[in-house]
Amino acid sequence: MYGFLTLFKKEILRFWKVGFQTVMAPVLTALLYQMIFSHVLSQHVEAYPGVSYTAFLIPGLAMMSMAQNAFANSSSSLIQSKITGNIVFLLLPPISAPAFFGAYLLASIVRGLVVGCGVLLVTAWFGLSLPAQPLWLLAFAVLGCGVLGALGIMAGIWADKFDQLAAFQNFLIMPLTFLSGVFYSINSLPPLWRSVSHLNPVFYMIDGFRYGFFGQADVSPWLSLAVVGGCFVALSLWVMRLIASGYKLRH
Amino acid sequence: MTHAISIDAVSKRFASLQALDHISFTVEHGEFFALLGPNGAGKTTLISAMAGLSRADSGQIRIMGHDVVAESRAARMKLGVVPQELVFDPFFTVRETLTFQSGYFGIRHNDAWIDELLHKLGLTDKANVNMRALSGGMKRRVMVAQALVHRPPVIVLDEPTAGVDVELRQSLWAFVKELNAAGHTIVLTTHYLEEAEALCSRIAMMKKGRLIALENKDTLLSRSAAREVSLQLSGPLPASLQPLSLRQQDGRHILALPDIAKLEQVLSELRLAAVEVRELSVHETDLEQVFVKLMHGGQL
Repeated sequence: MYGFLTLFKKEILRFWKVGFQTVMAPVLTALLYQMIFSHVLSQHVEAYPGVSYTAFLIPGLAMMSMAQNAFANSSSSLIQSKITGNIVFLLLPPISAPAFFGAYLLASIVRGLVVGCGVLLVTAWFGLSLPAQPLWLLAFAVLGCGVLGALGIMAGIWADKFDQLAAFQNFLIMPLTFLSGVFYSINSLPPLWRSVSHLNPVFYMIDGFRYGFFGQADVSPWLSLAVVGGCFVALSLWVMRLIASGYKLRH
Repeated sequence: MTHAISIDAVSKRFASLQALDHISFTVEHGEFFALLGPNGAGKTTLISAMAGLSRADSGQIRIMGHDVVAESRAARMKLGVVPQELVFDPFFTVRETLTFQSGYFGIRHNDAWIDELLHKLGLTDKANVNMRALSGGMKRRVMVAQALVHRPPVIVLDEPTAGVDVELRQSLWAFVKELNAAGHTIVLTTHYLEEAEALCSRIAMMKKGRLIALENKDTLLSRSAAREVSLQLSGPLPASLQPLSLRQQDGRHILALPDIAKLEQVLSELRLAAVEVRELSVHETDLEQVFVKLMHGGQL
């Protein structure tokens, strides 16, 4: 248990020591998105009845930033450790697979939540109301970061070089997060693209998180919870098995 | 009675390369043991298998009686490994690095021992310096400290002095000897054969994944081609001494000297032939000669 706590603390310190890059930068990026999109689109779109586009955009941006940063945290930490070779200091001690997984996962969730809070703080003055359903909000924030954090652990273990990880990030994570209804309600899409969006698990994170703020969403929050929770459990079990098997870590 | 390390018929293959081929030996408690061999002999693969960094295809390894696969937790607690590659985490200071490493082994409040390690390894004034800012030698010292945070009874040092200056090598060996004297079992791989000769009591040599020698250092040295005498003479080597001649080198005759008493006979033959000795030196066989001979397929 102490091994888990130590690794968790080390992972928190790792991103905290480079906070400009790991927290401030994504918060600023989200603020820029918010400023530009709300300026361009606020006069034209009302996503939900009674919810302005600028307010609608905020939770989506926050959840997208949380997801991307949760992924970046575990994946970049692992690939750096693998490429520099210092992962050996984690493989020599008797750290169990669940402890190893749990520490990276929890640190990813913390980074995601810190970034999410930052995004909400700097964008709140665009007219965000207090959450209508705070428990739903919290559940989707934690589970969403958990899914992407676990995916980051998998990608970090799988990738042998930075280029492979960048491919994973740019060709899978970025499209999934951008095409998930962050910038629009999927009900505004043509039927085909609406159906495609329903296959994207990140859509359910964003939609569920948005439900936490507005009490209304594109699909039922229970469905979103089932999809996001199911993804989280399945991914977690799979990645823990990978770690226990020594895949790409112990040759 | 269990052995400190027991390696039993361990094999490991990477694609077409047989990295370890039925390796078996034991290392006893308190031994200072050298594992030698050229690059690619399989030393690091064997150490990785001991440490659980890789898994042997067959065979069994036990550390202080604990199987490294079935009882990996207990085995890892008993083993400290200084890896060959110079690696570090650039985010942290020396003290943070050692505190984290203690935590990974489940050890809280390890400050007193960390302070002692820092002191012994000459790192006290670097305790709060970031790892990035340290020289290669200093980073190597931190790696030694990392291997020792959990006070393992068995310590494996894989090329710990590669690329390290003389001062550090000496202070490192002084510390390792101290650990050995305190009862720790030490396994060492090194390219500096004089280090192995000076420090170790038993020596294993590996080549292409196989164990080709495993003996007491003194036995290994004594079984080798004994001594050589190097002579610079005023004239040609008398015919009676030709059978002893091994080679000529820089104007000197190198003769085999199977027995030190043979030296008197060599000198009297020279006197008889009225050949003057201008310079004479006797060389004892060292580990390097034994090593080169074995690695080139020779017999001792």
